[in-house]
Amino acid sequence: MAGPLSLFDISGRAMAAQLVRLNTTASNLANAGTVSGSEASAYRSMKPVFHTIMDGEGRATVAVDKIATGGAAPTKRHDPTHPLADKNGDVWEASVDSASELVEMIETARQYQNNVQVLQTAKGLISETLRMGQ
Amino acid sequence: MAGTDALFGIHAKALEVRQQRMAMIASNIANAATPNYKARDLDFSAALNAAEEGKDAGSALKYRVPIQSSLDGNTVELATEQTAFAENALAYRASLSFLQSRISTVTRALKGE
Repeated sequence: MAGPLSLFDISGRAMAAQLVRLNTTASNLANAGTVSGSEASAYRSMKPVFHTIMDGEGRATVAVDKIATGGAAPTKRHDPTHPLADKNGDVWEASVDSASELVEMIETARQYQNNVQVLQTAKGLISETLRMGQ
Repeated sequence: MAGTDALFGIHAKALEVRQQRMAMIASNIANAATPNYKARDLDFSAALNAAEEGKDAGSALKYRVPIQSSLDGNTVELATEQTAFAENALAYRASLSFLQSRISTVTRALKGE
């Protein structure tokens, strides 16, 4: 990228990263308790992996490295009447921790708001500087 | 350059350093959730001295010492960063108003009102 990171780059990219995090949390919550016919096809919770993008003079912003799937393994439940049950009568339930996902959602929203606030303050100060002497 | 300093004093340089510090604190806030990120801040008076002497502000960059360390190695504490950001924005605005009143004083003198 040409030139050093501006304040708008720093906060803007951080907002984009937090939005990805919010999206994965929404996907996890939406798939909480979904049932699948095999262990491989069962939903596993996703989490973004953040990494720092360093720039000179102590400036740095953040980007999403990858979306890691993992978390707890799906839980096997014996339910022969379930339409998705396999030949042994088992189904797999996605084990999404709804409580921790909700906490994650709130934390993401707070950090997103923080970046918006930074952007707003910086914008105000810059436009005041532009009006200097008028 | 010397002429500008005689007119505006320290505030032109101060504004520059404040802007730099604002970007650093914004970086910390941006990386609030990045594992192993180490928060950094600017030693303002050292950076201002360096700017006045026309030197690089590299030695004024310091790492923040966290009050409570976290397991993921991240040293950003949002409360600390938010207060630092607010303080810095206020100081920026203070320098700005000093400059503004200086400009209006000089303008009035030039107009001979």
